[in-house]
Formats: sequence, structure tokens, C-alpha cells
Amino acid sequence: MRYLLAIPALAALAALPMVFGDYGTGLLVGLAGYVTLVTSWAMFSGPTRYISLATVAFFGVGAYTVAVLNEVLPYPLVLLCAAGIGATMALLVGLSTLRLAGIYFVIFSFGLAELVRQLITWFEVNVTGTLGRYIFLDLEAKHIYWQLLALGAATLVLSAWIRRSRLGLALRVIGDDETVAAHSGINLARTKLVLFVVSATIITLVGAIQAPRWVYVEPSIVFNPTVSFLTVIMALLGGATRLWGPLCGAVPLFLLFEWLSARFPDHFSILLGLMFMAVVYALPDGVLAAIEKVRHRGNGTSATKPAKEASA
Amino acid sequence: MTQNTRRAVLRALPLAMVSALALAAPLAAQQEPVTIGYAVSKSGPNATGAGITTIPNYELWVKEVNEAGGLEMPDGSRRPIEVVEYDDRSTAEDLVRAIERLATQDKVDLILPPWGTGGNLAIAPLMDRFGYPQLAVTSVTDMAPEFAKRWDRSFWMLGGGHDYATALVETLSAAKEAGTINDKVAMISVADGFGIDLVKAARPAFEEAGFELVYDESYPLGTSDFAAILNEVQGSGADSFVAFSYPPGSFGVTKQAMTTGFNPKVFYIGVGGAFPIYGKIAEGKQEGVMSIGGVNADSPEIAEYFAKHTEVIGTPPDSWASAITYASLEMLEEAVKRVGLDHEALASELSTGSFDTVIGEVKLEDNQLRKLWWVGQWQGEHFVAVSPADQTGASAPVIPKPEW
Repeated sequence: MRYLLAIPALAALAALPMVFGDYGTGLLVGLAGYVTLVTSWAMFSGPTRYISLATVAFFGVGAYTVAVLNEVLPYPLVLLCAAGIGATMALLVGLSTLRLAGIYFVIFSFGLAELVRQLITWFEVNVTGTLGRYIFLDLEAKHIYWQLLALGAATLVLSAWIRRSRLGLALRVIGDDETVAAHSGINLARTKLVLFVVSATIITLVGAIQAPRWVYVEPSIVFNPTVSFLTVIMALLGGATRLWGPLCGAVPLFLLFEWLSARFPDHFSILLGLMFMAVVYALPDGVLAAIEKVRHRGNGTSATKPAKEASA
Repeated sequence: MTQNTRRAVLRALPLAMVSALALAAPLAAQQEPVTIGYAVSKSGPNATGAGITTIPNYELWVKEVNEAGGLEMPDGSRRPIEVVEYDDRSTAEDLVRAIERLATQDKVDLILPPWGTGGNLAIAPLMDRFGYPQLAVTSVTDMAPEFAKRWDRSFWMLGGGHDYATALVETLSAAKEAGTINDKVAMISVADGFGIDLVKAARPAFEEAGFELVYDESYPLGTSDFAAILNEVQGSGADSFVAFSYPPGSFGVTKQAMTTGFNPKVFYIGVGGAFPIYGKIAEGKQEGVMSIGGVNADSPEIAEYFAKHTEVIGTPPDSWASAITYASLEMLEEAVKRVGLDHEALASELSTGSFDTVIGEVKLEDNQLRKLWWVGQWQGEHFVAVSPADQTGASAPVIPKPEW
């Protein structure tokens, strides 16, 4: 029954550009983009608690792939290539680094974005001799929104399915205690790798789909670290371990930043920093967990509080 | 009779005054403001460039226009400017959305361009779709002729990398012919859009002019230590040192050259050389350093512009794109005065009209500003234009450059 409800909901979301006009559609593109980014980020980083700052590495690769191939291949094939490149890159990166844990992984993932950016720059400077690339595709904001909406919906479905599968269970065990997980016969490396690749491929696709909006692409434009930071803070705000958490974090934060950029155009960096601290100190488990806590306290039924979620 | 009329006049006078006031007051209040919107980078990596070249000139111009009573319309009335500004956080996605917001939510009368080549290209299709004229000042691109054709209300005003590189080669060629410098050139370039464009054009041009490139390396954006590079350059025997660099690098290479006492006869750096801060970086020894841009130091308009920029903003403008940015705003102001706010009429006036500006008379060719200064040099207090050498207002280059 709940699945049947999803279809009219999706149709209603798809019809929004007809109602909202150009600016509204632009907002929807940004919203759908971030919801998808954050959901796919949380797919891997939520249960394993590997905080990844590599979002923009894959996002940028997606955008760059479109910039390189948009004049050579038909658009659907370009997207397919982007997904393939993202997956391959995630596989290589995952194989070599998922043995790292904690702070080492965070630092590595942050460095990855810079590494990829420098590699692309080096290649463009020394091999092709051009750096800026142009994307002249006849895609309007609403077309981009529809693609992102479809990708976002697919990501949510996939995420829900993984949570119920053995894979999701294995991931949660890994997140709680890697040693226990290994002893109970879970193939640590393979489980993490599969999730990392899936999550990274979706992130790559988001970059690829959004790129035609920018017309001109160069590494400093597509490898903007703010994307990685925003993704993390949105996931943390909503609660990275829950299916709807990323969405509940991405939507309000995105709208808040949009409002701030108009009201306080001179103070974005300060407000972003304050927001980070507020989320980490005040809502360490995310806003959904906090709401649940308050409700349970009100009902006096704290015994039913799911232990797993509360400790996350 | 006379008594009567005088009394009547006396009685009527206050009434007339009151009604005149009553009529005039709503008239002034009815002068609806002209809304002008822009999205610029106030945070993120583009904030430096926007903060030096774009934002100060927008603020200066708006202040001046409003102090004069507002933008003059074709009927002679003046309407004050009301600004709507957004921070694009240096991301293309936010910038694009801000333009959609300005055009369809705020429905501003005019939109001023963002800073940078990438930003101007990102908004070009939208500006075209919404019909706004786009005075893309701070975009350096060799593809400007094609863009002007693709989006016919876009105007490209800072030339392409090719122009700057070939003009430099010409300047050095002249010095070589005169026997002032030898035929060896050492060249470094930043591995980023602008650096690559310049170096790609400079390589064949240098060779064609009979120069030998004894050193030709690129370095990654963000490099701060130029010691090793300059050591090798110093040993290369080149009289001319050319760095197609970006601001932090341009300053770093200058500092390093001063520390090691590297004194080539020609010392050329890229973006940043024309910044007012450069004098401080070079500890007052900037005399003879060459870079991109330049201004006509003999022009009273430029002198006045520098003075008022210093007074209102607190710092002098940079000597490359600032005056051109300001000139683009003067063009807009004049075009509005001639044809009003209709976008189509404005675009065609900008495209075909000629305008008196701070950089002299401007007439666009195929929607591009071509009468620009390509090479400049620090001479005394000013960063003066030296190329094209035959353009009115050009100064003769000082080669060899005095030692640090």
C-alpha cells in the first residue's frame, strides 16, 4: 500500500516545475541534487560511520565526464560513461583505502578530491592543452530536475532495500564493531566495497546530470570542497543512519542557505561554521532522533526506544 | 480694482504654493526606483577577484548615480537605483539559481554580470533566454567572437589569452630588434585556465619572432615556493623572464626574485601585477615590472577615476579590469539615457552606439571591446600601458628593468 502511495507522490513532485516557474525550478534542481547526494552519501557513511569528504571528487568527475564527452556521444551514453567511470574509480579507491578507519579515512577522502582535481588538471595541461571545457546541451532546468528526481527516488528505494537486506545488516554490524563483524563471518572488505561503489556511482551521476546547467566547466568549478562539507552537515542534521534522515536534513538546510544568501550575502562562511557547530553539539544524532527522544519522554515510554538508533 | 487684485493674488499665493508642493511631492515619490540585480562571489575562491575588480566598481557607480538623483531616463527624469544582491558562494549552481531568482522572482530591470570567465559563461544562456543584455567584463576568452554570435545580447570586453600573449611577444620583439635583450626567454605558467590559454598562444608566437624558449614549465595552482624554479631560470641565460601566473603565485615569484637578487632585463608576471597592492608586495621596488593590462597615465579621466575610487572605496582600483568594469557601467548608464530600459533597445544601443567613458571613447566591434591595453608596466606611481605601442596614450616600455 505504501509503495502505491509513492507513485502519485512522485508524479506530484514531477509536476512541480509547471507550478513554480523558473526560480522555483532552479530551487528544485538544487534540492533534488542535494537530497540525492546526501541520501547516497548516507547509504555508505551512515551505517559504517566512515565520514567521507570525497563527495565532490565523484561529483566533479561526473561533471567533467559530461564536459569531455558531450559533443562526442549521445546524452544517455554520456551518463552511462559517467556512471562507469565513477564506479571504476570508487572500486580502485575502495580497494586501496577501505582498510583505513576513523580519522585516517576522513583525511584520505578529503585528499582524494584534491588528488583527482590535480590529476585532471595535469592531464589537461600536458596532454590535451585545454583546461576549460564547454557544455552546450539543450537541457532546461526542468529536464535536469526530472532526471535528478528519478535518480533521487531510485536512490531512496535502493537505500530502503539495502537496509532490509543481509548487506544492510552486515554493514550495521561493521559500524558497531568491526572485530565482532569479522568474527561472525562477515566479509568486511567486500561488504564495504560494494556499498562504497554504489554510493559513489550515484554521486557521480548527480554531478553529471547537473553539469549542463553551468555551460563552462573547469576543475576549480567542479571540485568545490563546499559540496562535500554541505553533504556531511546535511546528513548529520537529519541523521545519517535513517532512511529519511538525509532528506530531513537536506531540505531545510538547503532552503535556509538560500534564504541566508539573500538576507546576509556577506556572512555565508561564518553562518556555515556556526551551523556546523550547532549540529554537532546540539543534535549529534540528527534531528529525527531528537524528535523521537522528545516524543518518548513525553509518553514516558523510553523503554521502547530502539537501542540501535539511539546509540548511532 | 488694484486693491482687489492684489488681495486676490495675496490670497491665491499660499494656495498655489500649497498645491504646487502637494503636486510636486507625490511626483518625486512616484519616481519608481530602477532595480539592478547582481550575484557575485562574496565567499569562496572567487571572492578575492570579485572583491578587487567587480564589487567596488558596482558600489561606486551606484553611489554616484544615486547621489546625482538616479539613472536618467530618455524623458529627462531620474529614477534612483535599488540594488538586489546575492552571494553565489563561488559555485556555478548557486550563481545560475541566483540569476533565475533575479530575473523571475525579483524581476529586476537590469542584471550586472558576476566576476570571472566561468561565471559569465554559466549565466549567458539564461541571460539570453530572459532577454537581459550581459556586459561580460571580467571574462578573458578566445572564443568571445563565437559567444557574441551565440548569445546576441552578450558583450565581451576583456579580450582573449591570445591577445595578451601575442602583444607581449611583440613588445619583447621590439626590444630584441633594438638590441636591448637577447633572444632567450624563460617562461613559467600556472596550470590553470588562464595560464594555459596564454602559454599556448605564447609558445608559437615566441618561436615565430625568433626567440628561444630556454625554460618552459608549468606549476600547479597554489604553488608558493618558487625557489627551485627561479634557480633554474637564473642559470638559463635568458634576459626575459615571463610568468603567466595568478595572484598568489605572481606575488610569490616576485618575493622570491627579490630575495635571491634575480634581476632579468624583463620581469613579466600575470594576474596581480596590476593590483594596487603590488607596490607593497614589491616593497616599493616595482619599477619596471611588466604585467597584464595598464592604464593611460596621461588621461585626466583616469586620474579622476582613481581619485574617486580611492576616496569612496578606500583603495585605488587595479589597473587592468577595474576601469573597464567602470566603463561598462557608464555605457549602461548612457544607453539607458538614450533608449530607456527596454532590453532589446538597450542591447542594440550597446552594440552599435559609441560612448564616452573613463577609458576614452568606446565603440564595440561585433559585441566585443577590442581597444584594450594588453601589456603594462610599473613606471613611477602608475601601472602604465605599453602595448599596443601605436595606440594613443601608450607609454614607451623601460627595458632593461632597474634592479630590485
